[in-house]
Amino acid sequence: MSAHGYKVVGTRPVRPDGADKVTGRAAYGADVHLAGLLYGAVLRSPHAHARIRRIDTRGAEALEGVRAVITASDFPPADAGRIIDLGEGQQTVAEVRGNMLASGKALYKGHAVAAVAAVNRHVAEEALGLIEVDYEPLPAVLTALEAMREDAPILHETLTRKELGTDTGEVSNVAEHFRFELGDLEQGLAEADVVVEREFDTATVHQGYIEPQNATALWNQDGRIHVWSSTQGAFVVRDTVAAALNVPVSRVKATPMEIGGGFGGKIRVYLEPVAALLSRKSGRPVKIVMSRQEVFEGTGPTPGSHIRVKVGARRDGRISAAYAFLAYEAGAYPGSMADCGAMCIFSPYDIANLCVDGYNIVVNKPSTAAYRAPGATNAAFAGESVMDEVAERLGMDPIDFRLRNAAHEGTRRADGPKFRRIGCVEVLEAMKNHPHYSAPLEGPNRGRGVAVGFWFNVGLASACTIGVNADGTVNLVEGSTDIGGTRASIAMQAAEVLGLRAEDVHPVVVDTDSIAYTAVTGGSRTTFATGWAAYEAAHDVLRQMKERAARLLETEPECVEYQDGVFRSGESRMTFAEVAARLNETGGPVTGRAGVNPRGAGGSYAGAIADVEVDPETGRVSILRFTSVQDAGKAIHPAYVEGQMQGGSAQGIGWALNEEYCLSPGGAMQNSSFLDYRMPTSLDLPMIETVIVEVPNPGHPFGVRGVGEANIVPPPGAIANAIYRAAGVRLSRLPMKPETVMEAIWAQRD
Amino acid sequence: MQTLTRVRAIVNEQPVEFLCEPRQSLLECLRDILGLTGSKEGCNDGNCGACTVILDGRPVNSCLVLGVEAEGCRITTIEGIARGTELHPLQRAFLNQAALQCGFCTPGLIVAAKALLDEDPDPSEERIRAFLANNLCRCTGYDKVVRAVQDAAAAGREEVPA
Repeated sequence: MSAHGYKVVGTRPVRPDGADKVTGRAAYGADVHLAGLLYGAVLRSPHAHARIRRIDTRGAEALEGVRAVITASDFPPADAGRIIDLGEGQQTVAEVRGNMLASGKALYKGHAVAAVAAVNRHVAEEALGLIEVDYEPLPAVLTALEAMREDAPILHETLTRKELGTDTGEVSNVAEHFRFELGDLEQGLAEADVVVEREFDTATVHQGYIEPQNATALWNQDGRIHVWSSTQGAFVVRDTVAAALNVPVSRVKATPMEIGGGFGGKIRVYLEPVAALLSRKSGRPVKIVMSRQEVFEGTGPTPGSHIRVKVGARRDGRISAAYAFLAYEAGAYPGSMADCGAMCIFSPYDIANLCVDGYNIVVNKPSTAAYRAPGATNAAFAGESVMDEVAERLGMDPIDFRLRNAAHEGTRRADGPKFRRIGCVEVLEAMKNHPHYSAPLEGPNRGRGVAVGFWFNVGLASACTIGVNADGTVNLVEGSTDIGGTRASIAMQAAEVLGLRAEDVHPVVVDTDSIAYTAVTGGSRTTFATGWAAYEAAHDVLRQMKERAARLLETEPECVEYQDGVFRSGESRMTFAEVAARLNETGGPVTGRAGVNPRGAGGSYAGAIADVEVDPETGRVSILRFTSVQDAGKAIHPAYVEGQMQGGSAQGIGWALNEEYCLSPGGAMQNSSFLDYRMPTSLDLPMIETVIVEVPNPGHPFGVRGVGEANIVPPPGAIANAIYRAAGVRLSRLPMKPETVMEAIWAQRD
Repeated sequence: MQTLTRVRAIVNEQPVEFLCEPRQSLLECLRDILGLTGSKEGCNDGNCGACTVILDGRPVNSCLVLGVEAEGCRITTIEGIARGTELHPLQRAFLNQAALQCGFCTPGLIVAAKALLDEDPDPSEERIRAFLANNLCRCTGYDKVVRAVQDAAAAGREEVPA
């Protein structure tokens, strides 16, 4: 197959699940209905930090229509200290359970403390009001810097600080301090002609998927537990339910329903084990669907952070040293993705001397979760703002400065590994050559900014089977839930191998009983890794089909060639469909299968060019024009690659300009609705121009890198840099909402 | 348990009759009583638009209408948009433009866009963006959604010359 000879890869077929999704037939988690279904609801803590002295559920149990009430004491006995790996880092059973139903202490406003199952949602909600909880409110700590202070209130009496890999034994809110180091930072700073050091703060933001978390569970009389939910990983659901309820994984079947957005936020499990416990107690299936307020207050947003960046460069334009201090709020339990921020912040650059200090800090906010390139966007806002200022001080064009220092094959990343072939230079060149970058930008209060970003992408395990139909089509069975069109991008890779049309491959996403282990849809891995499994399974089909064709053509399999859907041996030929029609007389059905765990995920670079206008009277920032550039490696379905870039850009714009958790001094979220948590609407955005760069990943048969995440990383930095050129102020705080912009403008005027 | 009230309405051109509690929203009635789960609940407070239906010619958030208020009304949901076995031009355009990723906001967007095209068969980009501003989409950045509505409008004008 030549690089340019693809017949399916690189085309734009209609997605296989398209008709269901435009007609309302696609079944999402909240659409599950079972005979005898009960409706669950969850009682949540009104305090950000409180000891739970007593829970009295008798009033709720007495209400007509209530079938079960549970608290953390209903979890079956288990080894609380057992460590489990659920695809998003390791946690103890106590932590996994603790976030589902608080035990002993409520650690954030919205922390679940009890749950009810009743005949309908209204009765369940009424019952919540009849549960009496005796709280002893405790002082709350809400930011990373406050939580690091020695006199800060402590969240976990058992959490001790890890310092550079060693457990200090000291009880602390600082779960971990780690450091990545290359070269000699002090030496690099001594060589610098220009040094810029700035501090930044970024607010807690939410993934903002439109579909709330949901779960339906049936604890069957045979002891098996069946759950249906909207999740990024059915096997994570299975394994979490099994761990939380202390049953073997083989006792749990997880059926992934269609998922209404995730962006990292639907990896962690909140409701499934709770619904299962309610089902066991009531003997009936139980469905729980979160309200929007619960989604904001009870699920994992992405960490707020405090960041300090120092960059030194020589007069010749080369960066000689870079330092970052990343203090990330993990929320109620350890795990903040500060390590990912540290891996990404300087990855667009080839820097000999660098150091990143990362801190993972617990605070009385919801336990944070992944959000599209988790940890990288906060860091890049800070890093790219400083890079822009260094370029300005050197009198260099910001893209030329980045090209002068761009990471390339052989550059070492802060955390150690050397890059294989990457597309950082190509992304920067595409930005520089784009008409947007050279277009005149006229009018007062307008400015253009750029930034770049990196996400490393992951591989992880995927399984796939392909069965051949008698009409010459195939069915493709996979375990990756489809959030953004991956049924299409996976089926297309199989079609390319099989010489079939995209529409002749019918992909189906199945439950955990029906496919081997497949890791989450996350880390930009699905088109890369599950696509690779489909590629291998398709080759397995082809090997078997060649044997069948050989039988029919009366020759040996190695004498059969296959091209463009036709098996050939000398002058004889048969099409794929003709061989498929005769499988039963040549040995029976053909099934191809593959399981992969690829290591060669190639990181993806993205860049953004933003034109803004700043209203000098109100501080409101409008996006006039926006261009997103990203290295896809190979775009399997370019329309969905563009869609990822546009969606990531829109989320990055929201993060830059509007979105934040507004907390009361006591830690209660003041804006937990879509009215007050202001995500971009169609009226807030222009068309988002895209440039797909293709520097093939040498670690994938089609060169795929994965495109889901890197695109959200540059927008806040690009917009901050554009605001500087429009209004002359460098902002150090996200979101760059009108009052933040005005305060900076006023401060400058004074 | 509350007393049930009888409601009669026309849903997707079919007369329906159902019993609901006064506190149940139209969205809840459509989904849980009539089994029309195409309308989605994203916020239940009128801010996301995933539950948009056309009620007597106007797009509304069905989570903000009580079931009992639908008495005597004519309602179109996403299930009533396709023409028999043929997709509506808006539905075709959404697929051809790849204007959906997760698809959860799609029913509301298509219903709202239909209400727009019923009123204005040739809307400007600005008009489309203003009209759809009640419908949050977190996946697409709206670019392909706006293009799909533009395409559908053009296709509609070809079908029925003004």
